[in-house]
Amino acid sequence: MESQPLDFEKPVLELQRRLQELKSHSAKHDLDFDSEVESMELKIRETRRQIYENLSAWQRVQIARHVQRPFSLEYISCCFTEWVELHGDRVFGDDKAMPCGLAKLGSQRCVVVSQQKGRDTKENVKRNFGCAYPEGYRKALRIMRLGEKFNLPVIALIDTPGAYPGIGSEERHIAEAIAVNLREMMTLRVPIIACVVGEGGSGGALGIGVADRVLILENAYYSVISPEACSAILWKDRKHAAEAAEALKLTADDLMRLGVVDEVVPEPEGGAHRDHDVAAANLGTALRRNLQRALETPIEELLQQRYAKFRKLGNFAEPKKKNGA
Amino acid sequence: MAIFKKPSLKTDNRRKREMPQGLWQKCPGCGEVVHEIELNENDRVCPRCDYHFPLSAKQRIARLCDPDSFVELDAGLTSIDTLKFQGMASYKDRLRKYQDTTGLIDAVLSGHALIDGYKVAIAVMDFSFLAATMGSVVGERITRMIEYATSQRAAVVIVSASGGARMYEGMLSLMQMAKTSGALALHAEQKLPFISILTNPTTAGVMASFASLGDVIIAEPKAMVGFAGPRVIRETTHQDLPPGFQTAEFLQEHGLIDLIVHRRDMRAQLAQLLAYFTAS
Ligand SMILES: [Zn+2]
Repeated sequence: MESQPLDFEKPVLELQRRLQELKSHSAKHDLDFDSEVESMELKIRETRRQIYENLSAWQRVQIARHVQRPFSLEYISCCFTEWVELHGDRVFGDDKAMPCGLAKLGSQRCVVVSQQKGRDTKENVKRNFGCAYPEGYRKALRIMRLGEKFNLPVIALIDTPGAYPGIGSEERHIAEAIAVNLREMMTLRVPIIACVVGEGGSGGALGIGVADRVLILENAYYSVISPEACSAILWKDRKHAAEAAEALKLTADDLMRLGVVDEVVPEPEGGAHRDHDVAAANLGTALRRNLQRALETPIEELLQQRYAKFRKLGNFAEPKKKNGA
Repeated sequence: MAIFKKPSLKTDNRRKREMPQGLWQKCPGCGEVVHEIELNENDRVCPRCDYHFPLSAKQRIARLCDPDSFVELDAGLTSIDTLKFQGMASYKDRLRKYQDTTGLIDAVLSGHALIDGYKVAIAVMDFSFLAATMGSVVGERITRMIEYATSQRAAVVIVSASGGARMYEGMLSLMQMAKTSGALALHAEQKLPFISILTNPTTAGVMASFASLGDVIIAEPKAMVGFAGPRVIRETTHQDLPPGFQTAEFLQEHGLIDLIVHRRDMRAQLAQLLAYFTAS
């Protein structure tokens, strides 16, 4: 599958077009352009490397949103076996933006909660562009409780622009659904490993993101607000999204520095959409390693560490206390 | 509903000139003008339509807690511009501006107090400070207050008002949702009560964390409560919003809010609930 280029990949595209010309010219006239071809290929590799090693925050957001990027269900089918999807929140409906179920990671039985976007209009209508309703968060909690009951650890794959801002969402209390998940995940008595695989859109992402280990793919982002919305509020129009993305410190490296994530999972050069198998293999390896470590930790200790991990997040100044105060 | 409608006092230029500056307020609820003295005698509630005007955190504490019982904790916590946020205005400048205009250090007051003799840990958000958005200081003070309550086996009361996350603090702001909710999980495990009071407006990240987690959720009349802003919802869905959408009354009808309590009755209502939940 030829991947759809992003704007900043245009220089590579141009070189590739010239390489094609060179090759067809050489074939047509039976001329030997081998050394030219070789140097052109080298130049392409070098240009690519230049681009991908210096990605801006906004460019990474575009990669994270790439329509050909692997989505959660694809990771589930590549990294896991024996997937059994379980439907519905037992109250209102089945939210298809939040596929949940049982799956095996290696030999380890797990429950999986995930967020799923669509690749085309039809699928996006079904998946609501990866924006879950309250019933999605309540289904996820039901499945996590199921995991707790049968001692199955939880894997959470995060990929959402945000929880759905709609009338039904408010009527059925999406804020409450997310809040309850935050509280319940903190004391859930099985290991929880979360990974932001694409978009980590604010509270909608965090709603399945309280975990013992929080991983993030190299080009995924996790942000308190979308760069566009931040731009609209702080710059009074949406055109400053690139500056907003930079200011928000939403990339994997920034989040490592802030202590918000614990590990960055490498992607193939140019982004996960360029090689789904490699991306999935990297994710599988990271999930298995982190899960293994969590499983080896006694649950009481794990719960204390989980609390401490979120407890320490935040940065503020505090005057020194006086003696005896 | 008033049978005899009072003569309209709507502002126009002619009247404005006759009124001493700052002594009249136009009520956002009914559009009529209310005198400051009348407002203050009525808990800053419009005597015509019961619209609840904003209160500062200090004013709320004075109305809810037993006289002189409030002891502030963690008063010195101050926000830091960790991200060195560069936008139209820097975070540092905004903080300084709001600290100067409100006299507050950040958007919450927290501590412990007595309510009708019951010991509570209490936090009150102040919307006048950066729309009471939740940054690290708000999250930390609320978390410490909840942890204090857990260690002292006290009830938690939080009076919320918030525009949501504080985007100047990026993901550190979002993580306060997990931090505060986690502290409430440990508080709940000890079977201690948490009463959440929602005031106008309580939205987004605060609503999607501690504000929604009360054993009892109370709202002031007509308070705007929700997750997403109405403009965002209208733009996303291209639908008209139902009448009363995201008001306390609408949400009570849809099953979220236990009680809608008029400001003048709030303290008595809290005392009654605390009596129910506190073992004697
Ligand atoms: Zn009024």
